[in-house]
Amino acid sequence: MSNLSTAEHSAATSSPLLTVKQLRVDLPVAKGTLHAVRGIDFHVERGEMLCLVGESGCGKSMTSLALMGLLPRKAQVNADCLNFDGVDLLTVPERERSNLRGARMAMIFQEPMTALNPAYTLGNQLSEALRRHQRVSRQAAHDRALYLLKRVGISAAEERMRQYPHQLSGGLRQRVMIAMALMCEPDLIIADEPTTALDVTIQAQILHLLRDLQQEFGTAIIFITHDLGVVARIADRVAVMYAGEVIETASAQALFKAPSHPYTQGLLRCIPTPGKTLPGSRLQAIPGVVPSLVGKIEGCAFCNRCDQADERCRTTPPLQAVAGEHFSRCHFAHQLASPAPLNDQEVTS
Amino acid sequence: MWAFVFKRTLIALSVALTISVLCFSLLQLSGDLALSIGGPEATAEQVEQIRVDYGLDRPVIQQFTTWLWGAVQLDFGRSYYYQSEVMDLVVERLPVTMTLGILALAIALGVSIPLGVVAALKRGSWIDRMAMAIAVTGQAMPNFWFGLTLIIVFAVKLQWFPAAGSDSWQGFVLPAVALGYYATPAMMRLTRSGMLEVLEADYIRTARAKGLRTGTVIFKHALRNAVIPVVALAAVELGFMLGGSVVIETVFSLRGLGQLAWNAISRNDYPVVQAIVLIIALFYIVLTLLADILNAALDPRLRAR
Repeated sequence: MSNLSTAEHSAATSSPLLTVKQLRVDLPVAKGTLHAVRGIDFHVERGEMLCLVGESGCGKSMTSLALMGLLPRKAQVNADCLNFDGVDLLTVPERERSNLRGARMAMIFQEPMTALNPAYTLGNQLSEALRRHQRVSRQAAHDRALYLLKRVGISAAEERMRQYPHQLSGGLRQRVMIAMALMCEPDLIIADEPTTALDVTIQAQILHLLRDLQQEFGTAIIFITHDLGVVARIADRVAVMYAGEVIETASAQALFKAPSHPYTQGLLRCIPTPGKTLPGSRLQAIPGVVPSLVGKIEGCAFCNRCDQADERCRTTPPLQAVAGEHFSRCHFAHQLASPAPLNDQEVTS
Repeated sequence: MWAFVFKRTLIALSVALTISVLCFSLLQLSGDLALSIGGPEATAEQVEQIRVDYGLDRPVIQQFTTWLWGAVQLDFGRSYYYQSEVMDLVVERLPVTMTLGILALAIALGVSIPLGVVAALKRGSWIDRMAMAIAVTGQAMPNFWFGLTLIIVFAVKLQWFPAAGSDSWQGFVLPAVALGYYATPAMMRLTRSGMLEVLEADYIRTARAKGLRTGTVIFKHALRNAVIPVVALAAVELGFMLGGSVVIETVFSLRGLGQLAWNAISRNDYPVVQAIVLIIALFYIVLTLLADILNAALDPRLRAR
């Protein structure tokens, strides 16, 4: 009894910033309907870094565009719940939704080279983000933009304000995009593979910067990536996506310690580890290809690539708790979760 | 930006010089001028006299520099036919042609850009198909025929506008519509395809992600980038309208440059032909220069070149 009331109490005061339940995104294509996102559940707490991981075409970008309301008009979005800090994103009118965009939820895109308008100065593009949502003077918007450009590590910021995107390198443009996302101090930033198009050294800097800013501004970030190495460095929690579903979700620590879905385990085996991966040995790729998302998928979506699949995998596995906040969509989740040697190639000497 | 303007102006000047050479040589190549001025009845002595009178006996290079020096001072000599200064003839006709050309361009831009934008935004809708129909008709229909149709409908039947003459502004409406409609399809298609391309661009998604209003996204972020090629085309079209309005000026009996050129050509009035060809060429050069500068103002990436 007392247990229940405390649970209720904590739910009321610290309800997640974003709650997604059974989100589905369907796109009409020539051959039928592409189910890009097939009923995913996750939530984002205030100020946390959630990583959405998965390979190309698993629906992670579609998910982010659905959250922002930026999907193409022909796309169909359904969900049992799509709640952003008390606002029902499914029913909110487009007018109010555009008031949220840029102000309370912002987005950073994958391709910094093309994400900025070539015809306007950086100062112009930064300022308009603020002036759209807040009644501030030109000067105040300018000052805010200047402050953020300095904050994201751009030198000679005053001069940069007057420059055009083509005068900046990719890394600098991504910093500008980050500054732009922060203009209105949003509660949530969705970063869709923000480092994929950048050099490795620049990648590390940008990751650092995002992590710092997240702590400084208390912004929650949904960080979308296909790179588990990136996840390990920045994530608080992780949701692994496969074929339009979340197949495993856990704290970053738990996920790397005890991955409980064959797909997650497969992904981890693809990463070379210094000292563990023997020179000359092959990295283990996951065999097969992702199933087509056009039409219905029967049973476990991963079973045709899974070496542990049996008869049970012809039925769709539920997302089941492995431990605490660790969930896996696999019939064998519990067996897999028990600590077993993850890497067959471990050095024994 | 100023370095860019300076560089472009230098290029434009050198093009102008080249054209003046071409323009002069073309007439030299068109046969013995003294013979054609004298006509078939002229005796050898008369032809020789003409040659001396018109300075045609001098070396070609000397004739050219004299002509060019005159042209720089806007002195193109005397017309063989009208017996008046070529420049006076041109100055008299130029306002008519300019008014017609600028009006026609304004009509063409005023129709093609909004229609192109709407067609792109409502792709596949009835308005898009209607715009396409207008474009195809405009490209297929000869403009003298369209001009005559306008006269029949609006001048003869409805009597809203005069059928001919350039005495009042009403006289310019029908010819400007006829001339402008001719330029509309290409500009509309370019606007439409430019908008379709730009609306797919990443920076449009960025603009929407900032929560910007649809109007800001379309006009500030999309149209600005989509009209850049239209500006260049509009410059060429205006050059064409100024130089190539011969047909329309004839149909509507406007005393413009085109009509003067047509008369001069049929009467072997070489100084006039030469002057008009050069002036029209200069128009093209100036318009291209303006388009380059305008493009650079619209697209900062072009300024570096």
